[in-house]
Amino acid sequence: MASMATDTKTSLVPAGDRSPSSWGLGDGQAVPWEYAPAPESRDIVTIKPRYGLFIGGRDVAASDGGTFATVNPATEETLALVAKATPADADKAVHAARRAQKRSWGTLPGKERAKYLFRIARILQERSREFAVLESMDTGKPIKESRDVDVPLAAAHFWYYAGWADKLEYAFPGRVAVPLGVAAQIIPWNFPLLMLAWKIAPALAAGNTVVLKPASTTPLSALLFADVCRQADLPPGVVNIVTGPGEIGMALVTHPDVNKVAFTGSTEIGKRIAKGVAGTDKGLTLELGGKAANIVFDDAPLDQAVEGIVNGIYFNQGEVCCAGSRLLAQESIVEPLIDKLKDRLSTIRVGDPLDKNTDVGAINSKSQLEKITELVASGVAEGAEMYQPACDLPDRGYFFRPTLFTNVAQSHRIAREEIFGPVLSVLTFRTPDEAVEKANNTVYGLSAGIWTDKGSRILEMAQRMRAGVVWANTFNKFDPTSPFGGYKESGFGREGGMHGLHAYVRLEDR
Amino acid sequence: MATRARKPSASSTSARTGTARAAATRAQNSAVAASPARVEVRKTYKLYIGGAFPRTESGRSYLVVGDDGTLLANACRASRKDVRDAVRAARGAFPGWAAKTAMTGGQVLYRVAELMEGRREQFAAEVEAAEGLRPAAARAVVDRAIDRWVWYAGWADKIGQVLGSSNPVAAPYFNFTIPEATGVVGVVAPETSSLLGLVSRLAPPLVAGNAVVLIASEKRPLSAVTLTEVLATSDVPGGVVNVLTGFKKELVPVLAAHEDVDALDTWGVADEMRTEVETLAAEDIKRLARRPTTVAEARFDWLDDAATERPEWIAAFLEMKTVWHPIGG
Repeated sequence: MASMATDTKTSLVPAGDRSPSSWGLGDGQAVPWEYAPAPESRDIVTIKPRYGLFIGGRDVAASDGGTFATVNPATEETLALVAKATPADADKAVHAARRAQKRSWGTLPGKERAKYLFRIARILQERSREFAVLESMDTGKPIKESRDVDVPLAAAHFWYYAGWADKLEYAFPGRVAVPLGVAAQIIPWNFPLLMLAWKIAPALAAGNTVVLKPASTTPLSALLFADVCRQADLPPGVVNIVTGPGEIGMALVTHPDVNKVAFTGSTEIGKRIAKGVAGTDKGLTLELGGKAANIVFDDAPLDQAVEGIVNGIYFNQGEVCCAGSRLLAQESIVEPLIDKLKDRLSTIRVGDPLDKNTDVGAINSKSQLEKITELVASGVAEGAEMYQPACDLPDRGYFFRPTLFTNVAQSHRIAREEIFGPVLSVLTFRTPDEAVEKANNTVYGLSAGIWTDKGSRILEMAQRMRAGVVWANTFNKFDPTSPFGGYKESGFGREGGMHGLHAYVRLEDR
Repeated sequence: MATRARKPSASSTSARTGTARAAATRAQNSAVAASPARVEVRKTYKLYIGGAFPRTESGRSYLVVGDDGTLLANACRASRKDVRDAVRAARGAFPGWAAKTAMTGGQVLYRVAELMEGRREQFAAEVEAAEGLRPAAARAVVDRAIDRWVWYAGWADKIGQVLGSSNPVAAPYFNFTIPEATGVVGVVAPETSSLLGLVSRLAPPLVAGNAVVLIASEKRPLSAVTLTEVLATSDVPGGVVNVLTGFKKELVPVLAAHEDVDALDTWGVADEMRTEVETLAAEDIKRLARRPTTVAEARFDWLDDAATERPEWIAAFLEMKTVWHPIGG
């Protein structure tokens, strides 16, 4: 493994002009050239002025007629009004799911369930650009990420689990896998469609029906997915989507007729949800926060490591639970590494999410922008040294410059708390033991990164990381076949792979 | 929680105690039963923390009586400080235990069964007295407990292959998933089945590589204590298993709320305590292994191999770790 190559990524810097010294950058200057706009057309997606709930296969208004606005965080414009579900609506959705589980989906042979899931995967592929544009408008993420990561991976998840639907006896040898029943699934705003796929695909493959609650700032791709279910002729009630505030999520969690709760989001809310199912027989999986260490040893190929660090923390504006938000650099290379990082930061393009050249788009909401701003201010106040490249931010919308902190102590809030924004904290170490100690010195344990050319060190470090996903000489890679989930307060249970099925079945004797 | 039987009156204590002790130690005494002058040497039942046998730091004890109400022993009534000491011992022992090779771990656990085999008669007498079983039934329970320990010990070098995977990702990466021990596991032992239930819940987290703090059956703690004497003379390192006796109402909430405990087996938690305990455990996202509410603890059939020999019971105390590396030059 020692000689394995590291990630390569297309650089934004023109070939032949890759020497940092030739740009005279690294001191906060902007790149000395301009990019022409390259906007993706938004005509491909038709956003309706109003959306209802998707319950029992029908588009219905909230029982009290309530609505809320979903906003494009890059422009602050209202995109649509969305039904604000009431607890009565949540109850209706659970009943619809129960009915469908009993009457259609739960009794449908796995072979037939599989074909519905293949259909959904295909429709997502066919309508991929529509989903990508909508997702970028509702979340603020760059179109190149929604187009190349979120949507293809979402389709791939349905594709992967489709094939499991009629092969469950091979996933659990010697056991009969019985669906749990009705799953309540609550997903976050950072990868709305992808998280929907992570939740719905394994649940349906195993024979469960679902009630899904998207985040209140990003409901649109889930509501467009309702249309995919209609196109696929999925039996009514197999997938139900209720939009609304957090209380609706808790109404689902505590609903007596729900058998399984799956949540992706903050550790704080995860604890409330775990308390909500205490004393019941409900299954629970939690995918919560993180504060991943990205460890760079002195023998790592630095240019590739820089790309991995940038991808690790600035991908999706850093609004990623497994983001590599703590850079642990070996002392002997910290200076050249920081220089290269600063140079690379100056080439990052922040701006219109629908521009195909944008690297960092808009922060998802005003409240998230405020949280990031507050934590960054705490970093400065606690004595860390802040660096931000000079780049113009759009006049409107919720934007934040890619930020780098050096002189960070482990006790600083920016080294302990999940910022969920484009903010990197740099710490240093001398020995591998110190790296392990610092990397694991967190209540979280979702992911970790290791950069070194030495194979035996990779394997040893991977073993010593108390984290569910370890990326060696790469970062932020995802795949439907690859289990994902945390240690410690990053949650429990795995999503993806064969292991992802386990959370949606009860195993009985043959 | 009070002991079920009434405390025997002062006048009848010694006579009834004598009867129960005779039953509980029939095997050891049989050789000298003919000699009426011999005064029995009684055992002090102590805690097991960090490989040592301390009394509770609180200096408290409680009466343990047999199924027929006879006095069996004064057991330690452990305190919250004992819980904290046990968790600390477990945390200290965890890295070394988890780092043992799978084959070594399996052999160490198998040796526990070898030593249990040598104490069959003692365990049978304790189970008989505690659970009110006939001698033959008690012996069958002990035999099954030993066999179950062997069944779980054999998983040590297989669970990684059965639960791990190599994942065919759609890009040039080598990607694999391996199970690892969760860490420090709290086990609330079943209340009714004092040895077989205990073994069935203790062996899975142990074979997974975890260190355990176990709260014994409150009413029937003696075979748990005897098992610690087996563990102490086996090759299981001190601190890997720690056993406390006492009142579950006092001890379980402390264990459930302890932030250095990573997972909790609530099988032996009384139904009326369950919501409180799970709510405490939620505060630091502990993994829970729960008895279904539809399963009455006292009626669960621990002799049913299919229901109790399950790799899922091991998996409940494992974390899946997935590692990625690029392929290509």
